[in-house]
Amino acid sequence: MSETNKDFKPTDWHSDEMNARIKRRYRKEKTFKAFGLGAVVVAALFLVMLIGKIASDGFFGFFQTSIELDIPFEQSVLGNPREMSPEAFQEQVKRANMLRLIDAAMKEHFPEITNRRERRDLIRMVSTGARGQLRDMILANPTLVGTTKRVSLLASDDIDQLHKGKIDKNEPEANRKVKDKELGWYNKLEEEGRVTLHFHSTFLTHGDSRDPEMAGIWGATVGSALTLVVTLLIAFPIGVLAAIYLEEFAPKNRLTDLIEININNLAAVPSIVFGLLGLAVFLGVMHLPRSAPLVGGLTLALMTLPTIIIASRASIKAVPPSIRDAARGLGASPMQVVFHHVVPLAMPGILTGTIIGMAQALGETAPLLMIGMVAFIVDIPGSVTDAATALPVQIFLWADSPERAFVEKTSAAILVLLTFLIAMNGLAIWLRQKFERHW
Amino acid sequence: MTSSAIFLILVLLSLVSFAMTRQKALTRAGGDPAKLHSLPRHYGYFAATCVLLPSFFAFGIWLIFGKSIIEGLIVSGLPDRLFEVGTDQATLVLNRIRLVVENASSPETDPDILAAAQKFNDLYIRGIWAAFALSVSFGLVGFYLASNRTQPDFRARNKFERIMLIALALSSVIAIATTLGIVASLLFESLRFFHEVPVTEFVFGLHWSPQTALRADQVASSGAFGAVPLFAGTLLISFIAMLVAGPIGLLAAIYLTQYANTKMRKIAKPMLEVLAGVPTVVYGFFAALTVAPFFRDLGITLGLDIASESALAAGIVMGIMIIPFVSSLSDDAITAVPKSLKDGSLALGATPSETITQVVLPAALPGIVGAFLLAVSRAVGETMIVVMAAGMQPKLTANPFEAVTTVTVQIVALLTGDQEFDSAKTLSAFALGLALFVSTMALNVIALKIVRKYREVYD
Repeated sequence: MSETNKDFKPTDWHSDEMNARIKRRYRKEKTFKAFGLGAVVVAALFLVMLIGKIASDGFFGFFQTSIELDIPFEQSVLGNPREMSPEAFQEQVKRANMLRLIDAAMKEHFPEITNRRERRDLIRMVSTGARGQLRDMILANPTLVGTTKRVSLLASDDIDQLHKGKIDKNEPEANRKVKDKELGWYNKLEEEGRVTLHFHSTFLTHGDSRDPEMAGIWGATVGSALTLVVTLLIAFPIGVLAAIYLEEFAPKNRLTDLIEININNLAAVPSIVFGLLGLAVFLGVMHLPRSAPLVGGLTLALMTLPTIIIASRASIKAVPPSIRDAARGLGASPMQVVFHHVVPLAMPGILTGTIIGMAQALGETAPLLMIGMVAFIVDIPGSVTDAATALPVQIFLWADSPERAFVEKTSAAILVLLTFLIAMNGLAIWLRQKFERHW
Repeated sequence: MTSSAIFLILVLLSLVSFAMTRQKALTRAGGDPAKLHSLPRHYGYFAATCVLLPSFFAFGIWLIFGKSIIEGLIVSGLPDRLFEVGTDQATLVLNRIRLVVENASSPETDPDILAAAQKFNDLYIRGIWAAFALSVSFGLVGFYLASNRTQPDFRARNKFERIMLIALALSSVIAIATTLGIVASLLFESLRFFHEVPVTEFVFGLHWSPQTALRADQVASSGAFGAVPLFAGTLLISFIAMLVAGPIGLLAAIYLTQYANTKMRKIAKPMLEVLAGVPTVVYGFFAALTVAPFFRDLGITLGLDIASESALAAGIVMGIMIIPFVSSLSDDAITAVPKSLKDGSLALGATPSETITQVVLPAALPGIVGAFLLAVSRAVGETMIVVMAAGMQPKLTANPFEAVTTVTVQIVALLTGDQEFDSAKTLSAFALGLALFVSTMALNVIALKIVRKYREVYD
């Protein structure tokens, strides 16, 4: 060999050239690794930004500003409970104009303001929900009439935003939602310690409202719960039965192949297409009630079915054949083998898959828009055929609202939704770790 | 009589028949279960299914078709006066009747409509009682037949298991039924749409303005159904999303499978799962409220004209949403490459990065391409982010700083709010849905084909 290749020289691994080459290769290696780490870090940053932004906005959504006013419960407005029958008094209170009480309290507090228009602006610092608040107070305790009591009334959304520091006081007046005049009044009340921030349970216990300070998510939560119940009742049995059939009984033929391909493809169909299906079939053909959790649940059931089937099949497949053989050896019929032995052992995996499917269904919005669960609904739905909305749809509706105060309400609703999702996924992980068996 | 009451009564009936038949089987065997062919409860199961199946069948038919039949009867009995305006008035009249039926205090004054609503209520009450009677009698017949067969030598278990097997098979067929339902409903409504608007205009038309004229003499809204701007907008946003998700997802997958230690993986993987579990409406809110204004302000500082609802913002947030999707699928493809290939390359002196780029990635390429295609299909079908952040203007542009609209946005816009179910505007949503369904399906099938065809089979 050395004969033919006379000028062959062995590579000098210690030459400068080679050292530089190795250095270059190592540098490349480091850069590549840094890029990989960078990608993970960027993904993490996105997550932190997303959650951080929503948590910092949403935190304030659970709190609401109140203004404490000395409300004179005047007999001239409310009537005298001692002279009237309780029914007549209730009737009068229900019809009474509570704004007059608030106006009187404001007059006491800001005697210098006499202009009717400014007085109206003064009253507007209090939420429209304050009227109902006063009414309920009087109906619960008629002896209030004739007295003057310091009452904490919900502030309007603009004052609320101002108090939370979301409206910049130093901005020029023209760009600001709260004008200088109102700012002055607010400052006066604030100095007297009449403006307070407190936990706002209405947000968790009431239905939707046009006023951000009165809006709550309970209606949407109940709607979501009803929808999920329907989804679970339909998708779980059908999904598990289908998985059992495909895994344990189905003959290997073209039909079962077709079913398998079908299930995998269905899992990748965009959710909005399921909404179109629900609209055309459940509303168009079957005439089920529009906007109802029943229809939403049916639509979401079809959507989660593939998830449940795939998870259940994997779980059933993981049960070792020896279990089946033992059961069969003791004389169990194929059905008994499956239902008495295989399915109970596969149950943790099946439940995990089902919970994950349910969590997906809970976060899904687009199909529900298609079947009309996107209306403004104040009442709490009582059954699966009542008009309702769902948590994610409520988030979508509020995100569209122009009022600034809805931003924090939306974020707070997202926090509630995320809490539910984390709880469900946590349950799934716990189930998996606690009951999963490795054979 | 409500539907749920009937449902409960039927379930109760089947429970009673279960208990009675089980007892009867025991009595026939003289109290000794060993003399029976099957366990006593199998006789009960058999009887219960014999009650449930026919009665639910009868009741289900009423639930699905009852209202339509009654409405048909009512419409045919209405005076012609109500239909003078045109033939498509039928649904309008029907809607007015429905309103009265559902809401007693509706402001309807037309005596014929009120009479029809009254008739509807009468017929409905009669119908539900008839359905109740029919389903209960079906159930009782089933019970009678099952009870007659309750003899010690009756093979109740085999019969019951036969029924169970059929139920199992039917459950798995529902997956196919769903697909058929999707295809049928999309095709049916799309065909009605293409009856009014030619297919060529829909596929090749460059102008989208679905607002049709309410009256014949209106000029402003012509109703143009050229979907090309929508397809272009969808592609633009998906492309931006893939520019974000592709590199980040793939690099993250490489790092997590090849470099990261167990501890790092234990943190990073659940983190990506959380990113995948965040509902899309939350991403949409984030895009509309934080990312879009950020880019608009950035544009002002840089002297660029970025719309407040730009394709860029929607695309980037969608990209973030897809990162976990790309990374977990690429992860699977990379881990499927046998370790021996990697070890061989390392043994020859290649650095880890050279091994990855020249050995591992080429071997995993089919899987990665499949992952990317699936991610694109996910991006094309994504709805909430674009609805909330991408805007409504059907503009034919490749400029990511402008507002564009997508197929899914238009479907939502066309089908939310009140509208006639038959107008070309509403039907066009189904045509868009069909286009969406076909394209995502095609992407999935191609992705699977690529993975299957080019996958190296090791071992």
